[in-house]
Parts: sequence; C-alpha cells; structure tokens
Amino acid sequence: MKKTISVLSLLLVVAAFSSFTACASDSLRSAAPNSVVADADNAGLKLPAGFSALKVAEGLGRARHIAVTAQGDIYVKLMGRVAEGKAVLRLRDRNGDGKAEEISGMGNYGGTGIAIKNGYLYASSDEEVFRYKLNEKGEVISPMQPEKIITGLINRRQHESKSITLDNAGNIYVNIGAYSNSCQERDRQPGSLGRMPCPILDSAGGIWQFRADKLNQTYGDGIRYATGLRNVVGLDWNNQLNQLFVMQHGRDDLHNIFPSLFTEQQNADLPAETMYALKKGDNAGWPYTYYDPFQNKKMLAPEYGGDGKKEGGKEFIDPVVAFPAHMAPNALLFYTGDMFPAKYKNGAFIAFHGSWNRAPLPQEGYYVAFVPFDENGKPGKWEIFANGFAGVEVVTGTRGAQHRPTGLAQGPDGSLYVSDDSKGTIYRIIYKGK
Amino acid sequence: MMMKKIGILPAFALVLMAFQTAPKKPLPVKKPVAVAPAGLAAAVNRGKTIYLERCLACHQVDGGGVPHLNPPLDGASGVLGKDKARLIRIVLKGFDERVELDGEYYSNNMAAHADLSDQQIADVLTYIRNSWSNKAGAVTPAEVKAVRARIK
Ligand code: HEC
Repeated sequence: MKKTISVLSLLLVVAAFSSFTACASDSLRSAAPNSVVADADNAGLKLPAGFSALKVAEGLGRARHIAVTAQGDIYVKLMGRVAEGKAVLRLRDRNGDGKAEEISGMGNYGGTGIAIKNGYLYASSDEEVFRYKLNEKGEVISPMQPEKIITGLINRRQHESKSITLDNAGNIYVNIGAYSNSCQERDRQPGSLGRMPCPILDSAGGIWQFRADKLNQTYGDGIRYATGLRNVVGLDWNNQLNQLFVMQHGRDDLHNIFPSLFTEQQNADLPAETMYALKKGDNAGWPYTYYDPFQNKKMLAPEYGGDGKKEGGKEFIDPVVAFPAHMAPNALLFYTGDMFPAKYKNGAFIAFHGSWNRAPLPQEGYYVAFVPFDENGKPGKWEIFANGFAGVEVVTGTRGAQHRPTGLAQGPDGSLYVSDDSKGTIYRIIYKGK
Repeated sequence: MMMKKIGILPAFALVLMAFQTAPKKPLPVKKPVAVAPAGLAAAVNRGKTIYLERCLACHQVDGGGVPHLNPPLDGASGVLGKDKARLIRIVLKGFDERVELDGEYYSNNMAAHADLSDQQIADVLTYIRNSWSNKAGAVTPAEVKAVRARIK
C-alpha cells in the first residue's frame, strides 16, 4: 500500500515537471505577498502568535538545502540517488497564492548544498561544487553547462554533505565532515581509542575556503579555514558581524563506546550541539574534546583519556551558543528580512533535523529554533520557533518522525522557508501580526 | 508478501528437520536442535539485553533504524532471510560495505562485536529475527561457532 502511494505521488511530481529552459510566460506571476494564503492547520506547525504557515510543495524527495531568488523562485537541492535531471529543483508560484504550481529540474548529482550569491546559483554534490549563472529573472541560463568550481572533496559516506555559504569578498566556504564519529582506531567500536594525531583532520573535519569564481579547485587551491569541526551541515555568513557562523553536529555514543564512564542519561545529554563564530585558523577541538553544556567546559574525550571530569585543551575555541545534545542542526540562517517583528532581525534560525543518538531515551529536536542577536551581535537565549514537524508528541524511534527540518531560506518578502528531507515538504512561514 | 514467505521458510525447515530421524547427507554445520517455543522465548529474552546494550543506539528501540543512516532491522529481508551466516558475520566483523539493503543505502559504520560470546550473538540474532513484526528461525551458538571458526 505504502509503495503505491509513494509511486503515485512521484508520478504526480514528475508530471508537473517541465524543463528549466522551456521558459513559460511570466504574465501569471505575482509577487504580492498579501495574497499568500496560510494553510488552515498552519501546515501542521506550532508557531508563535501572529505567525502562520503553508506547504509550498510536498513529495519532492530528499529535499536538503534551499535558496530563494529575488523573484521568489525556490531552488531545492536533492540528496542521494536522484532522477535524471532532477538533482536541483526549481519551484515557482505562478499565481501568488504561495503554492508552487510549476516544478522543473536540472542536474544529476545528489547533494545538500545550495546558495545564491551575486547572480550565481551554487550547488554541491558530496564531492564537488558547481555554479550556474542566473539571468535578471533569477533563472539558470545554461542548466546543462554548470561550471565546476571545486572537485575531489573526500566522501566516505559518513558525514558526506558538502554544505556551502559565501561571504562578500568572493569566497565560498565548504563543510567537509569527518568520516568518523570520534577518530577511533575503529569507528564506533566499544572501547576503541582515538588516533593521535587524528589523521582525518588533514582533509576533513573542518571548513575549507575556496574562491567562488575559479574552476576546478581542489584541496591544494583552498585553505583549511577552520578545523576540529566534526560535521557542519548548517552554516551561514553573518552580515552584521561579517563573520562565518557554523553549527556543529556533536559526537555520538559516549555510553555506547564507554559504558563504564557514561550512563545512558549522560549519553543522551552530552555533548552540546554547538554554534561557533569562526575566525580563520580556529580549532573547535574535535575529536580531542567535546562541549559539556552543564559544566560549560570543553571536556577531554574518553578516546583520548577523558572520563567526563577531565577538561580538554584550552587552545580550542568556545561555542557562542550551546544546544541540547544530538538534535542535529542541519541549517543556519541569519534573518535580515522585514516581515517578522524586530526581535528577529539579525537573529539566527536553526533547523534541527532531530536526534537518534539519545536512545533509549525519547528523541529530541525536529523543530526550528531561534536565537536573538543584539545590536552588538551578541546572542541571547535560544527558543523553539516552529515545532510539530515530527507529527507525534514523542519520537521514540527516529523512523516515527514524519517530517525532519533540513534547510532554511529567506524569501524576498521576508518569509522563512523550511525544507523537510523525509517527505520532501517545503514550508513557508509568514507573519501577518495579531 | 515475498518477505513473509522467506521468513516462514527457515522456521518450517527447522520443524521438518526435527521430524527427520537421520539426515542422509552430513550437514555443514552441526545439526541445530530445533528450539522449542519455551527455548525461543528464553533466547529472545537474553538477546534483548544484548540488543539494548549493543545495537539499540543505531537500530533504535522499534528496530526501525534511522533513515539513510542505520538500516531498519524490523521487516528487513536480510534479517528475516535464510542466510544466517551473513548475519553472524555482520555481528562478528562489523558492516560498512554500503550495499543496497531493501532498496536503500546507509551511511553510518557498524563496528564489530566479536567480543560477544557465541551464545550472546546467537541470542541477539534470535532476538532481532523474532521482535517487532519479525518472525524467523532461531540462530544457535553452534552456527555462530562455525562461522567464527571460518573467518578467523
Ligand atoms: C554504530 C551503529 C550501529 C550499531 C551499534 C549496530 N549497527 Fe547494525 N548496522 C549499522 C549500519 C550503518 C548498517 C549498514 C551498513 C552498510 O550498509 O554498510 C548495519 C547493518 C546491520 C545488519 C544488516 C541489515 C540488513 O538489512 O541486512 C544487521 C543484521 C545488523 N546491522 C545487526 C546489528 C546488531 C545485531 C547489532 C548489535 C550487536 C548492531 N547491528 C549494532 C549500524 C549499527
């Protein structure tokens, strides 16, 4: 039965596809944000007062990161095995009601990263980064001829997503996740100790900086901008501070690997998921340390002699915000729009994919959080902004979560878009006041 | 449909074997004694303890796994299948072959659990083959012992 339904919805999606190049008339398009209609049930989301939401599209597949053009088209990066010519989708709302009536696609590479900057669309596979020139309507001019700007990045399946963001000086930043949990001799083996020094850090476990306009760059052409970051899926350039911010996925399995040192409860609560404000050359400490949000300290990892009490190296940077463990921050977005109330300006939205490593305790996350930033760029207390993606009160097994927030983007009118890589839903959150 | 059939077959085979007196051909593995229902329940119970300690983190409480990361064991054709030696090998050697499992790929690494005894591995595999919606024949310590000897 399930099969039939998924095949059906796939057929519907495919039927709705047209080619990127077949450029239909724009006469029907309207950007008037006031005609956007929220779903009666707010797309199943719980939101602060004055906010409402709608599903722009559903059943797209593994919708990872998203980017919205100045004209309001949504580009969606799909992951894994993608249908021919459907690796990057373009969603277009033809009548201004907020729903996407037209879906077209291009590319044959699964991946996560997508970004728009200075008239180009950037998109990544798990090894490469491509870019496409956009015309003045925000449409890809040559969908079949992307420029390959970065190639040969390491992909050993674990932590394979190559998330990207760009600064205002012509650089692109790429996450290269560590293909390991904690750099053990044997990954995730109970009792196995850490390798010293961790050899993974030469080519992964950090953020690499490349030029946004140079072809065929690889490791030798880039700079290891920051290291000691296990896996960063969510990252964004903070324009208020002109600085790169990243969200790290903290390590797993403290109890499962060292059952005599950490309880199941400690395994569920440690370490924090962390937000870092990076400077060139920073080291965030993975795999040698992890961040304990109860002691507010960087602790020595048990693979390297730690026991939950010994502190780790002081040379590593501290996070600027610490969140509960294992919630898997998959996107970070600094909000610069005018639609939302003033408190949201320059603040950070974080899409938490939702945990699995808290088992046997209930899983957490599956929501979009918000961190206000003051006029000096100092973060305040974080809060849950949009909840209800999981569709159930308690997620005991990760399979039980209906939707999993993965990507964030800001629309030209200040709407916040959220992607879900479980059912392929694109949400749009709007504010119309009380 | 298909999965169900595969799952019932080994159990059926065991029952048949129990009724046969002397098998004509020598079996590759020392002939396992068919586990009586009470024995099965006890093995499942013991296996659950191992599962909670060693497997649950990745394959989850409900055996449902984590989409694209750790495969589900509940309803998995490989778990329910006849090839018990493959299951034993996975626990003894770990698994990171990135092969397609029921139409999906998974990106995490499963470590080896060779420090578990033959009895413990038999029990945990009997547990995953008889939990959630799964129903398949037990795995015996003798079968684990035979596979362990072969891969040494
Ligand atoms: C660290 C996470 C992790 C732990 C702990 C773990 N597994 Fe796995 N398991 C995996 C992953 C990942 C795969 C698939 C690997 C691949 O595709 O390369 C897998 C595959 C399997 C398979 C094959 C499934 C199929 O469809 O054929 C079985 C059986 C299995 N595991 C059983 C167990 C048992 C029993 C335990 C406990 C003794 C266990 N696993 C512990 C992650 C884990």
